[in-house]
Amino acid sequence: MEHAETAGNKIVFSVWFGLLGLTVLEVILAYRQLPLETMLSILMVLSVIKAALIIAYFMHLRYEQASLFVTLIPALVFILIMMTVIFADSSRLAHMRSLVQ
Amino acid sequence: MWLFIVSDAITFSAVIFAYGYLRLAATAWPRPFETPSIGNATVMTFVLLSSSVAMVLAVRASSLGKVSGAVGWLVATALGGVIFDVLHIHEWLGLIGEGVRPFHNPWGTPMFGAAFFTMTGLHMLHVTIGVVYLLIIALGFGRRKFSAVDVEVSGLYWHFVDLVWMFIFPLVYLLSAKTA
Repeated sequence: MEHAETAGNKIVFSVWFGLLGLTVLEVILAYRQLPLETMLSILMVLSVIKAALIIAYFMHLRYEQASLFVTLIPALVFILIMMTVIFADSSRLAHMRSLVQ
Repeated sequence: MWLFIVSDAITFSAVIFAYGYLRLAATAWPRPFETPSIGNATVMTFVLLSSSVAMVLAVRASSLGKVSGAVGWLVATALGGVIFDVLHIHEWLGLIGEGVRPFHNPWGTPMFGAAFFTMTGLHMLHVTIGVVYLLIIALGFGRRKFSAVDVEVSGLYWHFVDLVWMFIFPLVYLLSAKTA
């Protein structure tokens, strides 16, 4: 857990305000009449940005050795992508249900 | 702790993907959250984000050897967790009062309750465990039994719990806001 430097006050509070701001933006977006897919995409992009900010600055992964990042993040992203296979079956189910109705 | 966090991230992802599966396959997924609910959840998000900043300050104070400062910020962080839990339980009781059960609700797809209670419940459990964990660390660091590294590791856990909420909040609440 050794690291040479961590984020200073200025960075920590900027990240905090950034996260609060992104949250407000998400709430405002929720009340826009957008198609669900568009909304989902925008919200997920914003959430990934927020998660990245938290990991990089609050969990100070940015200030750790690069090998820690390489060990953890690519494998996690790969697993998440693999999990998306279930959605093909989900839309099949939705299609079948719409035929029954 | 990093390895635990990655495995826990996969657990949460599996639950969130299961919710996505159910919602995509459903014909009438309920959107029950009215403006007070969204407001409440937004306040909960702010509280959790702010508690994460308190945690950053606790980690910094501990690494500089400021014991009382670190203990103070740790308790502040745990307090944020308690406020979050209280607001969330209030939200749960409201929904249960409206007739939401794991496999039944007044609005639409029966699985809504199961998905909602599983996702938010698993997260609430993490927050509650986090509060206990932080208070133990605060106590131990105050008595100089634990080192600054222990505080830092507890911080990693807390920030992760915060991070997970950054996905649950938009997916569960914002995508089910009653807009009409």
